[in-house]
Amino acid sequence: MIWFTVLLVLLVLAALWASMASALLRATLALALTSALLAVVLFAFGATLAAVLELSVCAGLITVVLVSVTSLTQPRSLKEQAADRKRRLRRFWPLPFVLIAAGVGLSFVKVPVDIVMRLPAGDGDVRTVLWSLRQLDLFGQILILLAGVFGVLVLFRKEAK
Amino acid sequence: MTIEIPQAFWLYFTFFALLFLDGIWCMLATRNMVRVLIGIEILMKSVTFFLIVAGFLAGRMALAQALVITVIVIEVVVVVVIAGVILGFFRKRDSLDVSNTREMKG
Repeated sequence: MIWFTVLLVLLVLAALWASMASALLRATLALALTSALLAVVLFAFGATLAAVLELSVCAGLITVVLVSVTSLTQPRSLKEQAADRKRRLRRFWPLPFVLIAAGVGLSFVKVPVDIVMRLPAGDGDVRTVLWSLRQLDLFGQILILLAGVFGVLVLFRKEAK
Repeated sequence: MTIEIPQAFWLYFTFFALLFLDGIWCMLATRNMVRVLIGIEILMKSVTFFLIVAGFLAGRMALAQALVITVIVIEVVVVVVIAGVILGFFRKRDSLDVSNTREMKG
């Protein structure tokens, strides 16, 4: 249990780094690290298929997209970067303290643990659930992917002269 | 089926809350569009984590995994479309500042 708690602490620290890093590229890499750590957590929970998708899609594809966006936008001057760093420090310095306070506060919360959830019985293989029980989800996913492709085509179309 | 939530739930809930808070702060405290996108991503990570925790505690891992797969697909599409919007905005305005979006016509 201790190693798992350490893993979760590392996950939060990676997310904190992603939000506080001064350079966008570092923030993107920290986000990829967060995704990789989340994939390990999912694997530890036994969600292997979700872990593989998280690692390949979120730590891989999304990182590539974010790095591309960062490289396609022009770099700022050193003066602008220094000014932005100061502004960021002012806005973000309370965040680690807030997170520590929230973590300590929540770990001491004495909420009664006799909450019960009423669920229908039974759980099968993830492939069975995905392909047999959640077919509408798959239909929705296909529609969302098509909508995404359509959105990108609209955004990158060339303007008519 | 009725299950009781074990003590470990509050440990997982604490880490979910920390990730969620981090994502919210990242979105609200910055004016850079790419950083807002990173904040959205952190929020999605927290939701993914909590879905798996809920599935694990309820003994419904297959259903939780199916939902997480759906979340990941939506996450990718959201990131790609917002990245396109950011690039389009940068080409027009030469800026990534979200406060400049107020000048957009709609």
